[in-house]
Amino acid sequence: MSPETKPILSVRKLVKRFGGFVALDGLTFHAAPGEVLGLVGPNGSGKTTAINVISGLYAPDGGEVVFDDVSIGGTASHKLVHRGINRTFQVPKPFMSLTVRENVRVALAYGHIGGTPPALDALLDEYRLAAVADRPAADLNSAQQKMLDLVRALATRPRLLLLDELAAGLNPAELDWIAGRIKQLAAGGMSIIVVEHLMGFIEHITDRVIVLNAGREIFEGKLAAAVQEPQVIEVFLGGEHAA
Amino acid sequence: MPNAVKHVLFILVPLIAVFAVLPGVYQNHLLLFNFVTFLILAQGVNIIYGFTGYLPFGYVGFFGAGAYGFAVLVMHYQSPALVAVLAAGLVGVLLGLLLTPLLRLSGAYFAIANLAASLAVLHLVANPALEGITKGPYGVSLTGTFNPSHAYYAALAVLALTVGGVVFLKNSSFGLALQAVREDAVSASMAGVNVVKMRIAAWLASALVAGLAGGIYAWYVSVFYPDNVFSGDFSIFAIVFALFGGVATISGPIIGVLILYGVYNLIGFTTPQYFQLIYGLLIMGLVLFLPAGLVSLATRRGWHVP
Ligand SMILES: Nc1ncnc2c1ncn2[C@@H]1O[C@H](COP(=O)(O)OP(=O)(O)OP(=O)(O)O)[C@@H](O)[C@H]1O
Ligand SMILES: [Mg+2]
Repeated sequence: MSPETKPILSVRKLVKRFGGFVALDGLTFHAAPGEVLGLVGPNGSGKTTAINVISGLYAPDGGEVVFDDVSIGGTASHKLVHRGINRTFQVPKPFMSLTVRENVRVALAYGHIGGTPPALDALLDEYRLAAVADRPAADLNSAQQKMLDLVRALATRPRLLLLDELAAGLNPAELDWIAGRIKQLAAGGMSIIVVEHLMGFIEHITDRVIVLNAGREIFEGKLAAAVQEPQVIEVFLGGEHAA
Repeated sequence: MPNAVKHVLFILVPLIAVFAVLPGVYQNHLLLFNFVTFLILAQGVNIIYGFTGYLPFGYVGFFGAGAYGFAVLVMHYQSPALVAVLAAGLVGVLLGLLLTPLLRLSGAYFAIANLAASLAVLHLVANPALEGITKGPYGVSLTGTFNPSHAYYAALAVLALTVGGVVFLKNSSFGLALQAVREDAVSASMAGVNVVKMRIAAWLASALVAGLAGGIYAWYVSVFYPDNVFSGDFSIFAIVFALFGGVATISGPIIGVLILYGVYNLIGFTTPQYFQLIYGLLIMGLVLFLPAGLVSLATRRGWHVP
């Protein structure tokens, strides 16, 4: 990313509470077009919650989310999808009784306003779902369901894509393959935020990482620099996911 | 040939044609009318339950409200029957609008709240204080519009409209999006679907269908009491028939009505003493062995059922 690139997403002092529990506690970061940004942190640090708020699943309790210079906090998800935000889910959420093809057709029909939708068969082919295109999503394995989540998101032509542990559960060959795909999407100008516990994978694909702890960022920069930071080391120390 | 055209040619047209011809060859017209009424109601349940997952235990509320909408227009405004039928549909839709907050509930909570709502409408209509408008518990008599054969063909028209609506749902992105909402509302919104709007649209469509059916029922029978047109049997039968055949298909609810309502009348005529027992066992068997309806016998084998 060149430093003068204008951010497409700015998250400022974001707060999200569940009852008395503060899941996001003043989270601040930005993401630029064409950039792959890693969002890392221990379990429960608020990564998924951040994605949920940015994608409109929850309204923020404080702070703001600015996308394309417009404050979008609390806007309904389907409207954000039309603006160009989409995501995948940590636990994949396809439409189980619909076929793979039907799953994607919903997003093609409703996911964007104007413009030509991407070609369905090409998308399925690209993400290795062509062979199961006419099977119900319930028949897919977990990795395939994650790909279906991703294809559904891509069918809406997002400019900001949020990937919540897309790579978890993939084998090394698949990891390489999906890393290539993600980089290619970013090269096309898409801004991609990747939540992942696999540090090797994060190292490989991200330009920059944000380290989260207890709902706020404690580091921003290259992953290589992050692992030198005493505060980051402490957060991950003894943690099962330490690099 | 596009699927929608096939579905119209091979399901809708034959169904309507058969029921248009039957009165000429079969004497029990009331039975035929009841078949048509249950075909409409079962498809109405299909729209809201099959495509969105809301189980309308109080579905009869729209039917009864439609019947009384018809009666009020005929009694107080001397409306022609067809105008009163349209008004009955409108009453169904208005009641549906009033009840849209129920859509925030899910599963059993929705079913129970919907049942309670239908009882509330019954008690409102049957309230002696409203005798001047609805004739309260004393029932209505609409001899001026009495014309069973016209009412029967109006019911057929509504059946055609309803089955046509389900053909549309089965073949359009709109119907696909409804099913997506049923499967996972969060994912549906990430596919760009306005979940609230879709649910309301399906809810109002099924309310419209039941309101029209209720209005036509009032036209056909012409004399009725609140307990007749708000009878919980209508909801239960329509739901059981739709589930027996298989929801979220065009043919499932039709098969369900033809078989189950057929058996119901057969047992009722021949061995009324065993009627409840046999019918109850049939339904239990269905729930235990075929939870996805008769059509699942075919879909399990990989055959596509429209
Ligand atoms: N809907 C909710 N209701 C109540 N608490 C919640 C809810 N969603 C998240 N939390 C809590 O907020 C905290 C942050 O959760 P979140 O899922 O964002 O963590 P995470 O960083 O994604 O963790 P992981 O790496 O395990 O996925 C956790 O303590 C979690 O229990
Ligand atoms: Mg998470």
